[in-house]
Amino acid sequence: MRYSLMSLLRQTLAGHKGWTPQWRDAAPKAEYDIVIVGGGGHGLATAYYLAKEYGLKNIAVLEKSWIGSGNIGRNTTIIRSNYLLSENISLYELSLKLWEGLEQDFNYNAMVSQRGVLNLYHSDGQRDAYARRGNMMRLNGADSELLDREGVRKLYQFLNFDAARFPIQGGLLQKRGGTVRHDAVAWGYARGASDRGVDVIQNCEVTGIDIVDGRAVGVQTSRGAIKAKKIGLAVAGSSSRVAAMAGMRLPIESHVLQAFVSEGLKPIIPGVITFGAGHFYISQSDKGGLVFGGDIDGYNSYAQRGNLPVVEDVCEGGMALMPAIGRARMLRNWGGLVDMSMDGSPIIDRTHVKGLYLNAGWCYGGFKATPGSGLVFAHLLAKDEPHPAANRLLLDRFRSGHIVDEKGQGAQPNLH
Amino acid sequence: MRIPCPYCGSRDASEFSYSGDATLTRPAPENTEAMFHYVYLRDNPVGVHREYWYHAAGCHAWLKVTRNVSTHEVIDAVLAHDEAAS
Repeated sequence: MRYSLMSLLRQTLAGHKGWTPQWRDAAPKAEYDIVIVGGGGHGLATAYYLAKEYGLKNIAVLEKSWIGSGNIGRNTTIIRSNYLLSENISLYELSLKLWEGLEQDFNYNAMVSQRGVLNLYHSDGQRDAYARRGNMMRLNGADSELLDREGVRKLYQFLNFDAARFPIQGGLLQKRGGTVRHDAVAWGYARGASDRGVDVIQNCEVTGIDIVDGRAVGVQTSRGAIKAKKIGLAVAGSSSRVAAMAGMRLPIESHVLQAFVSEGLKPIIPGVITFGAGHFYISQSDKGGLVFGGDIDGYNSYAQRGNLPVVEDVCEGGMALMPAIGRARMLRNWGGLVDMSMDGSPIIDRTHVKGLYLNAGWCYGGFKATPGSGLVFAHLLAKDEPHPAANRLLLDRFRSGHIVDEKGQGAQPNLH
Repeated sequence: MRIPCPYCGSRDASEFSYSGDATLTRPAPENTEAMFHYVYLRDNPVGVHREYWYHAAGCHAWLKVTRNVSTHEVIDAVLAHDEAAS
């Protein structure tokens, strides 16, 4: 059913009894041309673009739990392409352009809100670093503006401009950045893929990858064996344990990233704001909750919850930047499972196993890349060649030295 | 999450900085393939993990900690120096 004002009026007159399920709850077949392991944002987007852009059929997405149960269902909703390195800007800017047309493209309200992303700076050195990043963005076709102190005050006068310890000197602004309703992204892509013939299969955990003579031929799952000509892994957070089923070790550590939502408040935070003197970033959802977070906890974890030192650190950052939010009650707090890679950048590549493809290493920045990652991974699966926007995000870059290290921190995942 | 430092006793994990997998052996630098594995590739297992923690806000000892990364239960902690010597 196509969603439109007409369909809404028709359903209203019919007492809303005619709405159909948004995607087929498909049962697994014995064989597919392409199996995508992982029904998160990236896996579903990949399936959607394989069907829509590359016209492929006979595709399945295997999700170990229910659609929306992973990081796509719990993230801080931010979209942006304000990176430093060309290899990253090209992919995130491709993704941002896709966000701009997505709702019309997949006929679903994802509440794409380009309300702006402002990175505050608090020292001359930080200003220079942000100016450099803003210039790199422009050189790569993204938008950026450098605001001075008065420019920031005009936008957000409620910030703490009196803090002598963390003086707000200005900010790097990407006006086209903003927020998106993340659940709707999962549902929109699942529906769009399913309508184009993709089987979206829930409660189907991959427990093994079958390899014959160096070629992947299928997977073992909790719902039986499924043969496949091509297998794409999109299970960031769990990339190491799924890749281990193919005998691979990855340049990844699994870590926890915490995030927080406050009680609903009247609109007070118009855009996305990040603190430059501590790990704190915030936006406000249309429901009124403040959505905020900070740094990863910093140790290997599969627990999907973090510890109190980060909670304290994030709240201290919030109080330093905008003490006005201090009385709001925290309503929700969770921890996500993320692939921290050895250079802080994602990995989208073939593997040494023929027919097995990897989309991993998204660290804490996967949500904004959902459309871009889906498109470039679909390209890789369809054409067996990296997409031009992601052709440096290869698995062997660590061996060859062509790492993509935004922070320049080196081979320690918890520093990225 | 608390770590039982052998010198300082049980301390909050925020007193420490984390350095990752402690089961790897640094190879001879000429062996570039082994060095690539050592620097970049990780098992990243679920469950029990042996890892380095540095007591930055305490005695500055390097510890080898055994911790379950799925439950965050800290099982034990020994001085990295003691294990290296044995």
